[in-house]
Amino acid sequence: MRLTATALAATLVAGVAIAAPVAPDDVAYDGGAIEASLTGTAGDPENGKAIMTNRAKGNCVACHEVTALSAAPFHGTVGPTLDSVGDTWSEAELRGIVANAKMTFDGTVMPPFYKVSGFTRPGDGYTGKAAPADLAPILTAQEIEDVVAFLKTLKE
Amino acid sequence: MKFKALSVAALALATTATLTWAEADDDQLVINGDLEITTKAAAPAHLDGALDEVISGWHFRDDETQAMEQDDFDNPGMIFVDKARDQWAMVEGSEGKSCASCHNDPESMAGVKPTYPKWNEAAGEVRTIQMQVNACRTERMGAEPLKLDSDDALNMEALIASVSRGMPMNVAIDGPAQETWAKGKEIYYTRFGQLELSCANCHEQNYGNYIRSDHLSQGQIQAFPAYRLKDAKLVGVQGRFRGCVRDTRGETFAAGSPEFIALELYVASRGNGLSVEGPSVRN
Ligand code: HEC
Ligand code: HEC
Repeated sequence: MRLTATALAATLVAGVAIAAPVAPDDVAYDGGAIEASLTGTAGDPENGKAIMTNRAKGNCVACHEVTALSAAPFHGTVGPTLDSVGDTWSEAELRGIVANAKMTFDGTVMPPFYKVSGFTRPGDGYTGKAAPADLAPILTAQEIEDVVAFLKTLKE
Repeated sequence: MKFKALSVAALALATTATLTWAEADDDQLVINGDLEITTKAAAPAHLDGALDEVISGWHFRDDETQAMEQDDFDNPGMIFVDKARDQWAMVEGSEGKSCASCHNDPESMAGVKPTYPKWNEAAGEVRTIQMQVNACRTERMGAEPLKLDSDDALNMEALIASVSRGMPMNVAIDGPAQETWAKGKEIYYTRFGQLELSCANCHEQNYGNYIRSDHLSQGQIQAFPAYRLKDAKLVGVQGRFRGCVRDTRGETFAAGSPEFIALELYVASRGNGLSVEGPSVRN
C-alpha cells in the first residue's frame, strides 16, 4: 500500500516535471497575452538576464536600452527602454510580448522569439542558408520563462 | 519626420550613456577639395511620401570614416579603381580587344552609373553594371564573364562609378523597367527570415536609430561599391543585400538572381537625386 502511494506520488510529480513544454504552434494567446507558463517551471531571472545580452539568443539590447544591463556595451534605440516594464505589464502580457510581440503590437519590428512557422525564407540561424525542416524557435520555452522572470524585476 | 519624435524620447531616456543619439549630421561632402557631392535631396515622387528626404549613408558614419572619403589618397577604394584602369586597357578574349578598344578612356563612362540598373532593349532584360560589363566581355571581346561580385567585377564597377562622381542618380523606373521595379519594391517591403524584418523596417522606419552599435542609414546604394573597413575590401550592392537578408535569420538570394536585380533597381531609384559617390568608405 505504502509503496503504491509513493509510486503514485512520484508518477504525479514526474508527470508535472516532465510535461512537454507548450509547442510554439500550440500557444494560446488571449489578446496578446499568454496566461499559463509555457513549461510549468518558474523562470530563472539570472539566466533571463544573460539571454537578453547574448547575441545568439535574445539580443534584446540590440534594440532596447535597459539600465540594469548597462554592463553590456551598445544598447540600441529601435525599441523603447525596458526600464519599468515590470510595472507596466503583467507576467502574462510580457510572456506574450516576448513570444510574439505582433499579437500585442500590430506590425511591430520586434521579432517573435517563440514562433516556428509562417516565415518568408527562414534561414538556418545567421548562415544565410535555408532553415532546416524542424526549425527551432529562437528561444526555448524555458528561456522565454527566464526572460519574463527577469523583465518582472524591472521596476521603478 | 517620424523619427524626430522618437529621437527626443530616446535622448530623454538615455540614462546609461552607452549610446549617443545621432541623426544624419550636417557635414558637407566635398571630394579632393572641389568635387561637391549632393548627399541630401528631396525624396523622389515615386516614394509617395515614405521619406521626406533621401540621405547618403555617408552622413551616418563617424568623422574619421567620413574624412577618408574626402580625399582620393585616403580612400582605400581608389586603389581598386587604379587596378581597374589597368584591366580597362588589357586585351582579353578571342577578338583581341580591350574595353579601351571600343570605349577609349574610362572617362567616357561618365554618366553611365547614374542610369543603372537599366533596361536593355536588345537583350530584353534589366541589367546591372556588372551584367553589362559581362555582356561586353562575352559578346564583343570573346572573353570569359567575370564572376558577379568578384574582386575583378567590383574593381571595374568602382572605376565606372568613380568617373560619374557628383552626378545625380537618375534610374528609369517606367516603360519596360516598370515590372522589374515593382517586383523590387515588393521585395523591399517583404519581411524576411525568422526575425521577420524587411528592408523598410530597418532603413525606412528606423534610419537614425541604432541596432546595437550600428547606426542605421537609409540603405542607399549610390555610393557603391563601398570600401568596407571591417572587411578591408570593396563590397558590392548585392553582397551588401546578402548580408542584410542573412541578418534577418533569413535565406538569402544569390548575386545575379532576378530578385536581387529587381531589388537593386528599386533601391537605386530610392536614391534618385543623390550624387554618385562610389567607391565610398564605410565601416
Ligand atoms: C529588432 C528590434 C527589437 C528586438 C531585437 C527586441 N525588441 Fe522588444 N520591442 C521593439 C519595439 C520596436 C517595441 C515597441 C512596440 C511597438 O512596435 O510599438 C518593443 C516592445 C517591447 C516591450 C514592451 C515595452 C513597453 O514599454 O511597452 C517589451 C517588454 C519588449 N519589447 C521586450 C523585449 C525582449 C525581452 C526582447 C528580447 C528577447 C526584445 N524585446 C527584443 C523592438 C525589439
Ligand atoms: C536587421 C536590420 C536590417 C535589415 C532588415 C536590413 N538592413 Fe541593410 N543595413 C543594416 C545595418 C546595421 C547596416 C550598416 C549601417 C548602415 O549603413 O545602415 C546596413 C547597411 C545597408 C546598406 C549600405 C548603406 C551604405 O551607405 O553603406 C545597404 C545598401 C542596405 N543596408 C540595404 C538593405 C536592403 C536592400 C535590405 C533588405 C533586403 C536591408 N538592407 C535590410 C541593417 C539592416
